[in-house]
Order: sequence, then structure tokens, then C-alpha cells
Amino acid sequence: MTQAQAPHLEDVEVTPWREYFSFSTDHKVIGIQYLVTSFVFYLIGGLLAELVRTELATPASDFVPRETYNELFTMHATIMIFLWIIPCLTGGFGNFLVPLMIGARDMAFPKLNAIAFWIIPPTGVMFLLSFFVGPASAGWTSYPPLSLITNKAGEAIWILGVILLGTSSIMAGLNFLVTILKMRIPSMTLNDMPLFCWAMLATSALQLIATPVLTGAMVLLGFDLLVGTAFFNPTGGGDPIVYQHMFWFYSHPAVYIMILPAFGLISEILPVHARKPIFGYQAIAYSSIAISFLGLIVWAHHMFTSGTPDWLRMFFMIATMIIAVPTGIKVFSWVATVWGGKLNLCSAMLFGMAFVSMFVVGGLSGVMVASVPFDIHVHDTYFIVAHLHYVLFGGSVFGIYAGLYHWFPKMTGRMLNEWWGKVHFTLTFVGFNMCFLPMHILGLQGMNRRIAEYDPKFATINLICTIGSYILAVSTIPFVVNAVWSWIAGAKANSNPWKGLTLEWTVPSPPPVENFDEDPVLVIGPYDYGTPKALEVVASTLAPPALAVEGAE
Amino acid sequence: MKVPTAILTLIVGILITLASLWVGQNNGLLLPTAAAAEAVEIDTLFAAMMAIATGLFLLVQGALLYSFFAFRRRADDQTDAAPVHGNVSLEIVWTAIPAALVLWLGIYSFDVYQSIDSVGTMGANHMAHKHEEMEMVATGESISTSSIGGNSILIADQGNAPNSSTSPAVATDIVEPLVVNVDGLQYAWLFTYPDTGIISGELHLPVNRPVTLNISARDVIHAFWVPEFRLKQDAVPGQVTHLNFQPTVEGTYPVICAELCGAYHGAMKTRSIVHSQVDYKAWVDSQIVANADSEAIAHMQDPPPTLEQHAAMMGMPDHLHDHTLSTLHPHLAQATAN
Repeated sequence: MTQAQAPHLEDVEVTPWREYFSFSTDHKVIGIQYLVTSFVFYLIGGLLAELVRTELATPASDFVPRETYNELFTMHATIMIFLWIIPCLTGGFGNFLVPLMIGARDMAFPKLNAIAFWIIPPTGVMFLLSFFVGPASAGWTSYPPLSLITNKAGEAIWILGVILLGTSSIMAGLNFLVTILKMRIPSMTLNDMPLFCWAMLATSALQLIATPVLTGAMVLLGFDLLVGTAFFNPTGGGDPIVYQHMFWFYSHPAVYIMILPAFGLISEILPVHARKPIFGYQAIAYSSIAISFLGLIVWAHHMFTSGTPDWLRMFFMIATMIIAVPTGIKVFSWVATVWGGKLNLCSAMLFGMAFVSMFVVGGLSGVMVASVPFDIHVHDTYFIVAHLHYVLFGGSVFGIYAGLYHWFPKMTGRMLNEWWGKVHFTLTFVGFNMCFLPMHILGLQGMNRRIAEYDPKFATINLICTIGSYILAVSTIPFVVNAVWSWIAGAKANSNPWKGLTLEWTVPSPPPVENFDEDPVLVIGPYDYGTPKALEVVASTLAPPALAVEGAE
Repeated sequence: MKVPTAILTLIVGILITLASLWVGQNNGLLLPTAAAAEAVEIDTLFAAMMAIATGLFLLVQGALLYSFFAFRRRADDQTDAAPVHGNVSLEIVWTAIPAALVLWLGIYSFDVYQSIDSVGTMGANHMAHKHEEMEMVATGESISTSSIGGNSILIADQGNAPNSSTSPAVATDIVEPLVVNVDGLQYAWLFTYPDTGIISGELHLPVNRPVTLNISARDVIHAFWVPEFRLKQDAVPGQVTHLNFQPTVEGTYPVICAELCGAYHGAMKTRSIVHSQVDYKAWVDSQIVANADSEAIAHMQDPPPTLEQHAAMMGMPDHLHDHTLSTLHPHLAQATAN
């Protein structure tokens, strides 16, 4: 029966590959476009990171020229933030999942959606081409006056690129906000929404409020660079600190743009594989909103050593520490969700639990660096490098991997290989901790960041970090091979392989164009596991109409 | 033998607490020597944060690891777990406890910050106020006022001062901070001592005397950092920023530029040498003699070795490693000429 059904499925439902290279307005195609494009940039950004770590394997500056070293870490951060994590989490998962989860047929503005995506590949290529003229080399923060006097052509490209990607992000944010607020099926109130949609609501608010300020900063910086104005240039009476305020007004919320959707993914994945309702739905939902709001008023904690006045330092310290409360609520709720469950320890769940575990480390060091007196010591050191990677890799990237293992069957109609998934997980977990945990010590001991050469007393720890980074690089190979091979020839996935209760599992894998034949009606909450009703609903998702018809014949 | 859950929980709680306190007490290995009074206070704060962080870390990781092993689904079990949707009292507890902790940590950090920022001039003043500001600091009046207003470091130092009997001049005077003007440029630090006119490429400081650094930058943003003092302050072009501290342990420590400032950022290093009072006096004398020998204050005495090594490679213009006063400090040179 399965064999008879297979060609039928492929004829009707599998999107022809050409569609993925076209200006498609289907949210699922756009979602996969985002995911694949951003993953390619992840590999490129990762390659740059490996070059950085290779330079740092020895204390002397002996692998690449010093200018090149600055270009490498600048472009590494730029690509990872603007072309990998943000587009992958908001554009990729957001596009694929939000309409399905709220029972909509597509996003509110499909053409805007496609435009937002198609800004990204050319901008990314532009960044890569800037290596031919010398790319930006003043760090991803691009503080003037340094950014105004190094690699001017590369810096101009960088500014243009960030403006374009910011525009794309604003378009996506607007689209998600309208879609989530206006396109839910009538039976779904805000409090019936899956938590990923709450997270996307909070994220899109940040994208809409904060990104325009970054664009403003970039326009002014561009004028300073290209036309010789002096907004930020002290020799003309400008103030470089003003740039830092404008930059961080966006770039701190950007941290939440990069982590809130991952929080959302984890809130979906843990209950499904623990076979248990999410613990404290409302607390998790509202804490996303709280984090989103508080995230807007903490930016100057990146500037504690910039000469910020005392009272401002104190205000931003307290505001930053308060964020630990809603974040703590989430972490404890996730632990309580897993506690007492019946854990299906598949690759998605392993990455999901590791997310919680690794994010806690980044969260704890985050509270430490919020404390002004301590931050005065560790600011701009490897302690910060360790902290931010625990949040953005241990957090966001582990969340992305968890999401990819969890929804790959829904996206492609094929299962990923579990054994290779576990190999991937193990290598990633070991490599990640080996690479970034020792960096805390480096920072405390006195190694500053963004340097191509360092005191020989740090050599051993740096070598460990570099080996860890190589393991991390190797860990992506099993994933890429697994994903490509499974997409082509993996085991077929049914419509609900994990027995989930959210709406995306009620449609076939992959879902047809426009998702739902008729508007679905909500019959069960998104996390009502452990009830007789849940068994019924799961059973109904596993008997799709096509199968029923075949059975009748 | 079946041990009741309550007792197990209690034992686990005690173990986690003990482990946290132990980590809080024994994290000295993580940090370099604490060579300033401020560093000791920051380390105490760090120890407290480490203790709390260790407790939370063990709690969360322990619960996750325990779940990983204890709540694994058995292969034949296709049923769901018990439908627990939440627990209001538990949720209140894990909201209230972190809230109380961060509130306490915020107040404690504020307190430490007040204490290390003894003169209350941390932060920035725009160039226009530079001279006014320096005069105010130099008179020492504002210092003594603010030291009454709760500066434990200064008072403690006055108590210790008689011990250093070899330098009665410094010990018996009211402890006036040593003012050093710090100037960052690609890729070197210049230290100017306004009271003696000494210009140096290394920061020489007497032990147990408060120091005020007036920090500025010539070209791009740099950051002055001495890990052993636990203090860092950006040097911003167009502004003067300040650091106030009191070195307490003699020794040689690195001065590091902590803000990306260009290709040779990693090489922008020099030394900070904390002398005994006697040695410091000797150093000052030797500098003044050296300066007198070489026609006015014409030479920078200790060009940073890193700069020398790289100067040619960096393609630095000659005037930057031609260490004459007229190129480095035109205004001072002019004053000397007058």
C-alpha cells in the first residue's frame, strides 16, 4: 500500500526543485529557501571562524597577515549574525511554521515575503565579493573612528549590506506581526497559540522597533565615510559614543531576535518528545513579551567602559539583571516539562535538552557581565567571547539543529537518519564545549579579544579551543551528508512522525500548497499530552484522507 | 531500603549549597593577582556571583541529567506521561527567588561600584572641561571631601601609611592622588606625569598611593586595561575619561589595549610597574636627571618594546616613532620653549 501510494504523493505534493530557485510566494518554499541559504552562509562563516582559530592556535601572528585576521573575525560575526542566525530562525522557521501553526494558508503579504528573502542572497554574495577589495575590518560593531579609516571600500559595502539586510528583516517582522495577529483561525485565541508563535510575536516587535535605528546609524556612518560629514568623527566635532548608542539600541535587541525564536522552537520540541504538556504555558508566553520589552532598555550594558555616566551605568545594570527573571522562568519551566516525562531521546530532543543546558551557562555568565564592577574587568575579553557563543551557539544554533531534526520530516516528507543524527550531536556537544568553555578562563586571566597574537602563557588553553573548533567543524559533515542523503532517499515520513498536537502535524508531509483544504478547527490545545483526547487527535492525523481512500479501494 | 524523597531532596540541596560555597571560596586560580585595592573588592563580588552561579548550574544541569537517565521512555511504552500543566506556587518560587537574587546582586554591585569609583569622576568629560577637571583633581580639596563621604580605601590607606617609614614625605602628607595623563595612539600608550613633566612609555606607579588616570586617545578608540587591577576604561578621541584606583602590590603587570584599534591591536601592550615608595622616587629622579641632560624634556624614556619592533613594518610615519617632544606633545614643547 505504501508503495502504491508513493508515486501519487510525489506527483501531487512534492514541490518541483525549480520552485526553490524562483520568486515563489509560497511561505513553505520561502521558509526552505531561507533555511538552505542561511545554512550555506553558516558553513562560510564557520570556515572564517576556523581560519581565526587556526591563527590563534599559536601565540604569534603567523598564519594570516594581521589585517586579514581583522577582516576574518569581522566577516565571521557579520555573516553568522545577519546571514545565518537571524534569517534562519525568523525567516526560515518563522516562515515555514507560523502559517501552519495558526491554520493559515500563507503569510499576510506573500510578495513582501518573497522580496524580503530575495534581498538576502545578493547581499550575501556582495559581502563575499568584498574580499576582493578588502572587506570591513573594524569588527562587526564597526565603531568609528576606526571603521572610517580602514578598508574604506569594504566598509562601504558592509554598511550597504547591513542596511539591506535590516530592510529585509523589517519586512519579515511586519509580515509576521500581521500574520500572527490577523490570520489565526477563528477558534484560536492568542492563549491557544503554540509558544513558537508567541516567540515570533515578541521577535517581530523587536525587529520593527529596533532595526530602523540601526539603519539610521548606518546611514550616518555612511555619510561620515563617503561624504566626509562628522556625525561620529571627533576631529570634526562629532561624537563616536553616539554611534555606540545607536548601534547597540539595535544590536542588543538583536540578541533577543536571535534567541527568542529558538526559545519558541524549544518550547515546541520538549513537550512532544517528553510526552508531557509544557509546564507553565502562560508564564513562558508572557516572559517572551517581557524579554522583548526589557531587551529594548538595556543596550548601554555593552558600553560600561565607554565613559558612560555613572547613573546610566547603574540604570542599565539593574535593567539587564532583571531580564534574568523572565529568562529564568523559561529555563525552569523547560526543566519541569522534561521532569517526569517519558523522554524519546531522539536527535531533536538531545539538541533540545542540550540547548537548555548550554543556554544556562550563557545566561549565568550574562548576569555576571551585567554587574558593572565585574564587567569593567572582563569587557572586551575572551570571557565575553565565551559568553556570547554560549548564548548564540549553545543557544541559537543548538535550537536551530533541534528544530531541523524535529521539522525535517514535515518540510521534506523524509526522515533524517537517527544514528548519524546522534553522531552529529555528540561531536557538536563535545567540540562546542571544548572550544568555548576554556575561553572563560582566558578572559578572566587577561586575554583580550580581537587580537591576532597573545601572551604565550595562554598558549595551551588556546590550543585546546582550536582543537575544539576543529571538532565542531567536523561535526557539520555528518549533518550535511545526512540532510542531503535523507532529502533524496531517506525513509518516507508520515504526516505526524512525532505524534505532535500542533496544527502543522495535521497536514501531510510535506504540506500541500495552501496547506489546508478547509480551515481547520481547533479541537485540542497545542500541548495537551497525556489525555485521551490527545490519543484521538494523533490517531486522526495518522490516517490522512489519501490513505483512507486507498484503504477503501 | 527506601529513602523518603524529602530527605533525598534535602541532601541534594545541602550538597549543591556546599559545592557552591566551595567554588565561591576557591576561584582564586581563575583570576590573576589582585594588585589594587579595587581588585580585591571586585574579586569578592565575583566570588559571590560564582557561588550563586554554581548553585544554579548544578541545580539545572543536575535536573536535566537526572531526567536524561531516569525518565527515558521504555521501548514498549507508547503512552504519554501524566498531564501536569503547571504549578502556581512552584512558579511563584522560581520567579521570586531569582528576582530577589538579582535585586541583591544589583545593590551589591552598586555598592562595590561606588566604592571603587572613589572620586566619583569615572566616566567622561568632554575636551572643553579637561583643564578645569584636572585642576580640580590636582588641588586635592575635592578629594578629601569625597574621601570623608565614604571612601574606605583612602582611609584604610592612611592607616597603613606609617608602615612605609622609609618615605615619610609621602606617608605623612594627606594622600594626594598621583595624576597621570594617559594617551592612546596606534599602537602605543604614552604616560605623562603633570607634576614632574615626565613622559614615559610605561606606567610607573608608587605602591599604596591613590592614582587618577586622565585617559584620552589621539586617533581611534583604545581601552586602557590592567588585568591585575581589574580596571578598564576606553580612551575615546575628543574626550577625557578617568580611572581612580590604588595599587597595593608591587610588581610588573601588562597594560593592554582592550578595544580593537587596528591591525596591530594585539601588539599594543606595555607594562605597568608598581614600585615601592623608595624605588618610585628613584625612578622619578632618574627621569628628571635624564630629561635635564638631554636639553629640556625632549625624550620619551621608555618606548614600548612592541612598538619598536613593529614600527617599520607598520609603515608608521617617522614622526610617530621619532620620540621628540615637539612631535608628541606640541603644546608642551611650546610651553617649554616659552
